[in-house]
Amino acid sequence: MASNKKYWQSVEELNENSPIVETLRNNEFAEEIPVDEFLGDKEALSNSSTSRRDFLKFVGFSTAAASLAACQGPVIKSIPYVVQPEEIIPGVWDYYATTMADGFDFANILVKTREGRPIKVEANKLAGAKFSANGRVHASVLSLYDSLRLKQPLVDSKPATWTTVDAKVAKGLAEAAAGGGQVVVLTGTVASPSTEKLIAEFGAKYGANFKHVVYDAVSSSEALDAYQQVYGERALADYDFGKADVILAVGADFLGDWQGGGFDGGYAQNRIPKKTATKTYMSKHIQIESNMTLSGANADKRIPLTVTEQKYAVVKIFNIVTGSSVPVPAVNKAYEQEVIKAAEQLSKAGTRGVFVTGLDDVNAQLLAFAINQKLASEAFNPGAPRYVRKGDAKAVKQLVADMKAGAVHTLILNNVNPVYTLPNGAEFAEVLKKVKLSVSFTLRNDETAKHTTVAAAAPHYLESWGDVSVAKGYYAVTQPTIRPLFDTKQFQDALLSWSGNTTPYYDYLKAVAATAVAGKTWNQLVHDGVAVSEVAPTTATGAADFSGAAATLASAKAVNGTLELVLYTKTGLGDGQQANNPWLQEFPDPITRTSWDNYITVSKADAEALGLENWNVANGGLNGSVVTVTVNGVELKDVPVIIQPGQAKGTAGLALGYGRAEGMKAEMVVGVNAYTLYNNFNSFQNVKLTKQAGEHEFACVQLQKTLMGRGDIVKETTLADFGAKSPAEWNEMPQVSYDHQEVPAASIDLWESFDRSTGHHFNLSIDLNACTGCGACVIACHAENNVPVVGKSEIRRSRDMHWLRIDRYYSSEETFKGDVEKKDAAHGLMNSIDTFTSMEDPSENPQVVFQPVMCQHCNHAPCETVCPVAATSHGRQGQNHMAYNRCVGTRYCANNCPYKVRRFNWFLYNNNKDFDFNMNDDLGRMVLNPDVVVRSRGVMEKCSFCIQATQAVILQAKRDGRVVGKDEFNDACACSAACSSGAMVFGDVNNAEDPITRLKEDDRAYHLLDHIGTKPNVFYHVKVRNT
Amino acid sequence: MPKILSIIIYNMKKVGNHTSISRILLFCLAVSLTFSLPSFAQDAPAAAPAAAAPAAEAAAPAAAGDPVKGKELFNANCASCHKLDAASTGPKLRGVAEKHDKQWLYKWIHNSSEMIKSGDAAAVKLFNENNKVTMTAFPQLSEADIDNILAYTSAPAPVVENKPGPVASASGSGVSETIILGALILVLAVLIVMLVLVNRTLKRVAAANGVVVPVKEPGVSVWKAYAKNQFLVLVTAILLLLASSYYLYGWLMQVGVDQNYQPVQPIHFSHKIHAGDNGIDCKYCHSAARVSKNSGIPSLNVCMNCHKNIAEFAGDKDSVYDHSKEFYTGEIKKLYTAVGWDGATQKYTGKTAPVKWVRIHNLPDFVYFNHSQHVSVAGVECQKCHGPVETFEVMKQFSPLTMGWCVNCHRETDVKVEGNAYYTKIHDELAKKFGKQKLTAADMGATECGKCHY
Repeated sequence: MASNKKYWQSVEELNENSPIVETLRNNEFAEEIPVDEFLGDKEALSNSSTSRRDFLKFVGFSTAAASLAACQGPVIKSIPYVVQPEEIIPGVWDYYATTMADGFDFANILVKTREGRPIKVEANKLAGAKFSANGRVHASVLSLYDSLRLKQPLVDSKPATWTTVDAKVAKGLAEAAAGGGQVVVLTGTVASPSTEKLIAEFGAKYGANFKHVVYDAVSSSEALDAYQQVYGERALADYDFGKADVILAVGADFLGDWQGGGFDGGYAQNRIPKKTATKTYMSKHIQIESNMTLSGANADKRIPLTVTEQKYAVVKIFNIVTGSSVPVPAVNKAYEQEVIKAAEQLSKAGTRGVFVTGLDDVNAQLLAFAINQKLASEAFNPGAPRYVRKGDAKAVKQLVADMKAGAVHTLILNNVNPVYTLPNGAEFAEVLKKVKLSVSFTLRNDETAKHTTVAAAAPHYLESWGDVSVAKGYYAVTQPTIRPLFDTKQFQDALLSWSGNTTPYYDYLKAVAATAVAGKTWNQLVHDGVAVSEVAPTTATGAADFSGAAATLASAKAVNGTLELVLYTKTGLGDGQQANNPWLQEFPDPITRTSWDNYITVSKADAEALGLENWNVANGGLNGSVVTVTVNGVELKDVPVIIQPGQAKGTAGLALGYGRAEGMKAEMVVGVNAYTLYNNFNSFQNVKLTKQAGEHEFACVQLQKTLMGRGDIVKETTLADFGAKSPAEWNEMPQVSYDHQEVPAASIDLWESFDRSTGHHFNLSIDLNACTGCGACVIACHAENNVPVVGKSEIRRSRDMHWLRIDRYYSSEETFKGDVEKKDAAHGLMNSIDTFTSMEDPSENPQVVFQPVMCQHCNHAPCETVCPVAATSHGRQGQNHMAYNRCVGTRYCANNCPYKVRRFNWFLYNNNKDFDFNMNDDLGRMVLNPDVVVRSRGVMEKCSFCIQATQAVILQAKRDGRVVGKDEFNDACACSAACSSGAMVFGDVNNAEDPITRLKEDDRAYHLLDHIGTKPNVFYHVKVRNT
Repeated sequence: MPKILSIIIYNMKKVGNHTSISRILLFCLAVSLTFSLPSFAQDAPAAAPAAAAPAAEAAAPAAAGDPVKGKELFNANCASCHKLDAASTGPKLRGVAEKHDKQWLYKWIHNSSEMIKSGDAAAVKLFNENNKVTMTAFPQLSEADIDNILAYTSAPAPVVENKPGPVASASGSGVSETIILGALILVLAVLIVMLVLVNRTLKRVAAANGVVVPVKEPGVSVWKAYAKNQFLVLVTAILLLLASSYYLYGWLMQVGVDQNYQPVQPIHFSHKIHAGDNGIDCKYCHSAARVSKNSGIPSLNVCMNCHKNIAEFAGDKDSVYDHSKEFYTGEIKKLYTAVGWDGATQKYTGKTAPVKWVRIHNLPDFVYFNHSQHVSVAGVECQKCHGPVETFEVMKQFSPLTMGWCVNCHRETDVKVEGNAYYTKIHDELAKKFGKQKLTAADMGATECGKCHY
């Protein structure tokens, strides 16, 4: 049948007068093919030495040659050592105990090396190891292999030798000694007894003209001042949150980087609810803060207040606890009663209570001492203070003034970058010109090193010797785990030679260690990495006027018409030293789940007032408005906005450490430099936000914010219910219909089950009470399993490769319980739509929960049944195997995975110039774990339960002819080994002695999505809140 | 052979109606059989190697010494530092009896350091000449023993003869093979001639007896008949297709399988001489195989444990070598260059040039293989996978190293559970489950993907 349909050839046909349509009707091509140009000239053709036949011959030959060449395997060379070092056996790893101390992060760690290359950081679990490794410490091993490190010293920005540098410095120092001016050593917090001694010895020659200024980029100066005032030493009081029943924190993110961090281990101990015959018990945590922090997210009760209100709250708490009556304005209409209640609870707890504050105000810090002294808090330990922050804000200001006045002749900087981290960095760069000789010991040619006379290439801490005293009585040693990769010299070695001392620093260090540590030989000390000695505790020396401090604090006034900005450090980047580390850049922030950016966080109310928005776009990315931030006339432009649930009304938050540009790969230059707003080293600033035109594209890995009342995903209960009611009520097993009967979901099996009673059967336990969301496991997993970094634009497309993610959910009502009730109350179509739409929005001050999710290793795995090539299969040890070489990339498994934990390699991340991260340069590749294959493009990957590590443990046991010990599997699996809070425990449930066996039988244990019958080998523990 | 031929002749005689094709085929068969026979003939004992003349050790025995006993004592006590004809840790010892007084030598051997201390001029000179290395004292050697040793060292050096090298002997055997082959061809030719003659005689006899040989009717040729039979064509086509896909599959399956890969190495290292003739344990050099995933290519300092003293190839006179003495000695010199050893001064120069061996066994990255699991835990002999390495002059990949090959072994091999506490519980449980005492690696889960692929 003839059709009278008209078929269109192109949109051009719409336009009747289009010349193209006419042309196309007559000709095959719209434009003339320039055939004549190359065929028309007969002479040229005949003169050409290449005929058509020749051309075909070449094509034939090259095709044949290419296919022949392809048949030949490559010849691989294998080069053994000439003289093999005794301690190295190729293929066997070694561990070295060492200590990281970069002035911001301090940790006692073990470094795993393979064939002399450090490949992973692990926690040192010896007694006396004080600071466990956080995410940044785990990632620091990659910073060693940073291809943009300074590879040799530079004099006036030109490559030079150390001899030239030494000569130049010697000349400069002689000039200074002859009356040229001050000699100043500017360092970060060193906390190293030997280095401090060395600096003092170096300076002795210059007498009063010598100064050692300690400068912390992120200052704790006010807290140090307060401690000095009361205890007579420049240090920070230590706290053990494991000894507290009531924790009241005001503006102190102690699960983050507050006063050096590392408090989460003790905190988590007491957060796991314990049930005895007579009582149930866990600590109560009340957090008063402006930004939503890790601590606030973990708190039982969170009170969002502005900074000024927090100051009032501190005075109020001081009044209630100590029984004083310093006049103080009302805190806040909505939260007045809550603050009073919290103070009363703290007061009631007595010695089992503890109060901490992070306000950068010496008066607030003094009141903290007063409150804790009054409580006689067990958790408060001022006797053995921490030395991890020593920076002196006043001295730094004085130094800049001296430099401006031209009084400084020689300035030696070590591990500081003031041009970037000072609010008046540009001014510092300017006054640096007045200094005759400036030497900066630095890992990279950073903002400051560009302006100094000498940029002295310093070794990474994994290439250096050193010692650290993180707290009184603690002594730790840093030892090199690899030969220096570049032509670098340690600050200490240089200082020794410049002060005319010919002793190598290693010998100097040994002598200092011998006096610092009694009863341990040097070899033993280096082996252990740490030593603890008994020392007399510091006692209060100075009396402080606490009432006066309270009165001053109470007189604080909010500035009208401004928001109160709280500058903070992100879990990923910290103070920004490791900004060129792709693992840390790609690490999603635990709270906002956004990577590769910093941004200003504002409350929903303020956002509405200012017309700021966040919205999701079609490719799954998050976009947001952009503002200009103004502090004291200083403008910071193009700052993206994130609307943060829980942000106190009238406040805003912005992370430091971003916006670095010098010595960085282009991909890592992200965010804005908030240090420009860090006036007076105070994290609290009055700020004005002005909406700018344009929008910002975020790389956010989690767009959904709430749980939508799905209480079966993150099960929660209160401490009261946990104690009083039967587990069936608060940890209900979902029921399914079977033969028209309601039966527990776990009792139904679609398949015949394997017999798993023999051999090992691995399970992973995750305690939602102990998990603080710190993300150390995410980075440790990255390092162990060669997980690629994909970059910002790929993350935006939801192509992140993290094998382990930590989901964060906000409640839509005040509590998650409220969400469930609201959901259950929904009825009818219109009401349901309204209810569920409203539940998508988080509450103003929501409850927060973190849930780490990795491959659940289902015993009845939906992914396994759909793989067309059987690339993923089940092992009898409970692991869901993934044979990469078998995978053809249909992605059916990822589709069928209810937990969405499978990751697809969209590109060949390890050999693709578009992904210029560590896997694409020879130096960065050195961090790869040789026991785990680097996946290629087009294959699926996912958590393997670190099968390479469990197999290694089993093999070791077989070789030793013994059974596997009870903690061995736990310490082998990267995430559980990295977990300092004990939230993740990995082990063999067929071994009665393994702690996992007890955890699996616990009343709180449940599986994720139990009702779909996947029978996972990962189980969670119901979160209990002490409300 | 004649029997086969007679059968063929018999057949040809009886069945006269065969087509010429079948005759040709039969003839081909006969010829191929004839030529395949000589291979059996090679089983005959090889010509005994020419007995090498024993070294003329009997000449000029030192006074009252027994050089035979002396050789034993020399090898037991002196050989680790001294050689007869070359400097080693200590000086060469041939003719040492002529250089020093006998009493002096007794004293020196019993306690040299004392002599040096006492300031004996000759002793001090000797000490200084030899890098000031103190010689171990041998108080346990009696004067008679020393006499014996001196008798051995006083024997004149064997005259280097131009003995026929291994290459020559190989060519000799080549000659004999050619002769045998030639003779066989001759016999064959005679047989063929005889066959023709017999055939002619038979025809003549037939003609004489009046037997009429039936004249062949010109039938349809076999090829045409075949082409007409479509069924046959179809069957043949299918068979051809099947056969070709069988071979194609076989060919494809060997792509990337480098069995018998035998690259030329920068130093000609003979496993035959080291592991075979000298019986050095595999794990002496490849010690990492006990504890590591790698077997470990020995570092050069391991070679120098022995080669500090073995500077030249001596060989065993009972063995046959592929290369000449000079060749092997040259390879040892390559080692010295690589490790930076100066044989003359007996010192390391510090100039090293690591050896770039060509890797023979290349597993793909996505396979995890651990030597220690197989060597230490399972107690598998190295030869099981690497073949009779002790007979390899040049190392090669013996096994295909395919997954099928691995898995087969895992299916067939019993796990060595005895005396390993790790296995006690799991063995009891699995033995009960499977109802057998012996468990294969596969029973333990060694065929699961994730055990090797991660």
